[in-house]
Amino acid sequence: MTHDLIHLSAADLASKLASREVSSVEVTKAHLDRIAGVDGDVHAFLHVSENALAAAAAIDERRAAGETLGELAGVPIAIKDVLCTLDMPSTSGSKILEGWVPPYDATVVAKLRAADLVPLGKTNMDEFAMGSSTEYSAYGPTRNPWDLDRIPGGSGGGSAAAVAAFEAPLALGSDTGGSIRQPGAVTGTVGVKPTYGSVSRYGAIALASSLDQVGPVSRTVLDSALLHDVIKGHDRRDSTSLTDDWPSFAAAARAGLAPDALKGVKVGIVRELNGEGFQQGVKARFAEAVATLQAAGAEIVEVSAPSFEYAISAYYLILPAEASSNLAKFDSVRFGLRVTPEGGGTVEDVMAATREQGFGPEVKRRIILGTYALSAGYYDAYYGSAQKVRTLVQRDFSRLFDEVDVLISPSAPTTAFPIGEKVDDPLAMYLNDLTTIPANLAGIPGLTLPMGLAAEDGLPTGLQLMAPAREDARLYTYGAALEQLFEASWGHSLISQAPHLEYSEQTAATEGVV
Amino acid sequence: MAARPDLMDFDKALELFEPVLGFEVHVELSTKTKMFSDAPNFFGGEPNTNITPVDLGLPGSLPVVNGQAVKYAISLGLALGCSIAPSSRFARKNYFYPDLAKNYQISQSDEPIAFDGSVEVELADGTLFTVPVERAHMEEDAGKLTHIGGSTGRIQGAEYSLVDYNRAGVPLVEIVTRPIFGAEHRAPELGAAYVSTIRDIVRALGISEARMERGNLRCDANISLRPRGQEKLGTRTETKNVNSFRSVERAIRYEIQRQAAILAAGGTITQETRHWHEDTGRTSAGRPKSDADDYRYFPEPDLVPVEPSLELIDELRAALPESPVAMRRRLKAEWGFTDLEFQDVVNSGLIGELVDTVGAGAAPQSARKWWTGEIARLANAAGPDVEASSLVSPQHVAELIALVDSGDLTDRLARQVLEGVIAGEGAPAEVVEARGLKVVSDDGALIAAIDEALAQQPDVLEKIRDGKVQAAGAVIGAVMKAMRGQADAARVRELVLERAQA
Amino acid sequence: MSEITREQVEHLAGLARIALTPAEIDRLTGELGQIVDSIAKVSEVAGADVPATSHPIPLVNVFRDDVVGETLTQEQALAGAPEHDGTRFKVSAILGEEQ
Repeated sequence: MTHDLIHLSAADLASKLASREVSSVEVTKAHLDRIAGVDGDVHAFLHVSENALAAAAAIDERRAAGETLGELAGVPIAIKDVLCTLDMPSTSGSKILEGWVPPYDATVVAKLRAADLVPLGKTNMDEFAMGSSTEYSAYGPTRNPWDLDRIPGGSGGGSAAAVAAFEAPLALGSDTGGSIRQPGAVTGTVGVKPTYGSVSRYGAIALASSLDQVGPVSRTVLDSALLHDVIKGHDRRDSTSLTDDWPSFAAAARAGLAPDALKGVKVGIVRELNGEGFQQGVKARFAEAVATLQAAGAEIVEVSAPSFEYAISAYYLILPAEASSNLAKFDSVRFGLRVTPEGGGTVEDVMAATREQGFGPEVKRRIILGTYALSAGYYDAYYGSAQKVRTLVQRDFSRLFDEVDVLISPSAPTTAFPIGEKVDDPLAMYLNDLTTIPANLAGIPGLTLPMGLAAEDGLPTGLQLMAPAREDARLYTYGAALEQLFEASWGHSLISQAPHLEYSEQTAATEGVV
Repeated sequence: MAARPDLMDFDKALELFEPVLGFEVHVELSTKTKMFSDAPNFFGGEPNTNITPVDLGLPGSLPVVNGQAVKYAISLGLALGCSIAPSSRFARKNYFYPDLAKNYQISQSDEPIAFDGSVEVELADGTLFTVPVERAHMEEDAGKLTHIGGSTGRIQGAEYSLVDYNRAGVPLVEIVTRPIFGAEHRAPELGAAYVSTIRDIVRALGISEARMERGNLRCDANISLRPRGQEKLGTRTETKNVNSFRSVERAIRYEIQRQAAILAAGGTITQETRHWHEDTGRTSAGRPKSDADDYRYFPEPDLVPVEPSLELIDELRAALPESPVAMRRRLKAEWGFTDLEFQDVVNSGLIGELVDTVGAGAAPQSARKWWTGEIARLANAAGPDVEASSLVSPQHVAELIALVDSGDLTDRLARQVLEGVIAGEGAPAEVVEARGLKVVSDDGALIAAIDEALAQQPDVLEKIRDGKVQAAGAVIGAVMKAMRGQADAARVRELVLERAQA
Repeated sequence: MSEITREQVEHLAGLARIALTPAEIDRLTGELGQIVDSIAKVSEVAGADVPATSHPIPLVNVFRDDVVGETLTQEQALAGAPEHDGTRFKVSAILGEEQ
């Protein structure tokens, strides 16, 4: 029974909960047991909630009393540690925030609670979301459930691995340059970076304000749509929050199940996002995906976005610049770590010692790079130019979307690489986000879904769909359609092929779970 | 510490050098909430209570612009004769300091909301001087540091410091002038007059309390000297902590004398921040400005541009009050004051009080006499920080004047009533009632007292009858004493003379 | 090759308030040089006629009404502080002895 519950999609759990076939306490307990059993090895969680069962029980009671509850009421969810939570520490994967419990919930967390979901805990991530492998977490790496010696992607490796390892049916992630989509690709799961401004950033510990966006992580396209429906919408506490009335994304996903959902859809293959340096197995699966689309009646065109060549460079100027400023608040005065140098020192010495000890190497690297990009004499050449490249990227997208309904590419150039392989080579690490970065620069939505296993290593590959800004619904319709076609051709879901995880002898409470 | 530099005689300094001024005036806006958060815009109370996650710079928090502050800033820009930018933006000014919660200040850098204006400033003798305004921009205030240990709360020698973030995020408009040339020996006076004009403008707009002594209005004075005949500007210093109009004047005078002495001795001026010390009347060196001041400004990515509509700008322009100079000219004519009388009012900062007192029915001359006389005297006596306007309301002063005009109070009694009003005993009429201070206007009672006094001083009666009218004073004094001062002395005199002849 | 020098990295670390060790400065000098070399091409592509984009989705005039909302209690405000005196945050002396 327990085993069955953890393998169900959020949509299926929701309907069993609604029909009172199962209780939220049972569902929550099943997932907590799973976490206790496998997270010692996976290390997807930094903190497991002590309130989950009580929250589940309260929801069961309210359901028993006949209250109208949210569509996902009683379904457990994991929350990336970048998000502020009132009842759990929020560290953003950094020692500098170890043990910090915010006095407020992020808006998206408040929305989860209001929609009666059950927070299970906080998931691991690269420190301050800087990274593509979760190896830069100050609390140790998360391991890929497909191969525990490999990375789960990053920065949201914890959320992706939690979902892939059946520790949670849903998770929240954040995506600044691919931190939802790249982990999704390498763990065989689904993730969506929404249109910038469609989900509130209030309470998401900022990496790069103009790029960050919170989004759903799940095992199915419909589940992401259901979660996106919960967290979307205007927030007066976020000045960049859009006031649009959003359509139901769940309805959009369900529309994708219609037999002719892809008929006549114009799909663009971005030449610059599928070239040299892409793993053979990734390219092969992508070609198959294109064939699947064609067979379903979609019209395929190859298109070019010349500015994308510069996108990654622009990204690695804009992100560090904004981050260097956003992370200045970690100074040991109002919250977080304080390190006093031997023999004392001025407040300046204390701040510098705290930041030296509290930040990991990648964070320091990016802060120094960002400080450089903004400093007097360099601003125009670097930050200023990067902002112009951003304009060019937007123009390219806008031109392409005049021709096509949706753009596709592999979600990541490679499958999951071994832990330790790129951790000391920042430039190689940065290339992992090659395919996902343009969408962040332009603010447009992107979705990843599994497109099969690479022949050479048997590891998952992901297909990225991109739509014009505000057209997130398209991603769910076409994504769900493709998911259905892929699974029909394989005869199963991709995630069902993930290796069976041994239950660890050690209890998760003493090992790995803080 | 450097030895005290010699000061050059002011006139001598002006002979050799031309002073060039510049001002950065910070105006605290009196909005209900802060610039970027919905915390109350109030920082006098219990430390760290008027704050939200935004003011504390907590991770994940985000700023949202106060729309009212933007309107106030536009109104101020218009009153300063500025153009309003069709699009302006906030930027981050990055530097580490413990009173700055995020370690960056949200300010406007190269895209201020208002730019290219000018302010007409009237000097004491009525000369008009035009001060060019480069820009007025919006920003947020920082928290408050208290230095503990060492000497009397100074930063030097302190053991540690305490931070209260109640003031963090209070909305400010900073008004920056262009270099001001041609003030010459009136540079100190111009400084004080400029800041006082800004104060009058923001008060008339109703957008700030504008009390210098409370820090609602803060002035940094930039001063440089250049040798006569030289084109190139000299190195400037920026003097901070000037908390009154008089200090502005004194600080400018001091800096001119100090810099002149250094330059004349062949020295160079260091570009630096200097702190004004009210007690010693000197400035001292603060942090040197250097290339290390790299604030790494960039557009604030958490906020979007401000693009006021032409309709809004027109609406705010239509609601502007008249300029301080125009208002003064009108009032001076309406009130019929001499130059000296009017200047007295201006210098005491009581124009607004006079306007309201006259508006409540008092004659302008009576209002002037009470405000610049007795009320100002009581304020002075109460302490250096006490303003006359805080003691009593214009309505009560007008009421008091009416009681004098009607003969119900003598000036002497009225002063007692004023003290009662200030002591919180109520409106003038209530004080008169409670203290029983009304003038005895019953001739019968007065005549009885006069007759008694005359009977007791027959020699005086003789003298009066002999035409030595001044002798009546002794009898008047006795009557006033019998009446416990509550009689109109003039009426008593009339009656004494009448009775003496009877 | 990039012109990033050790002194530059030291200066940047000062601006960023990070007390880097000499070994870190050495390593970062090399890494920063490589990174800057690889991303410097941004300045080649966009000419003066291309406007800068700071926000992905253009918005203007997002304002808040001037209405007081909920504040933190003093206890909440100080809860995360490394050091406080009961009402205010406590920090080391701002100036050193030589200052």
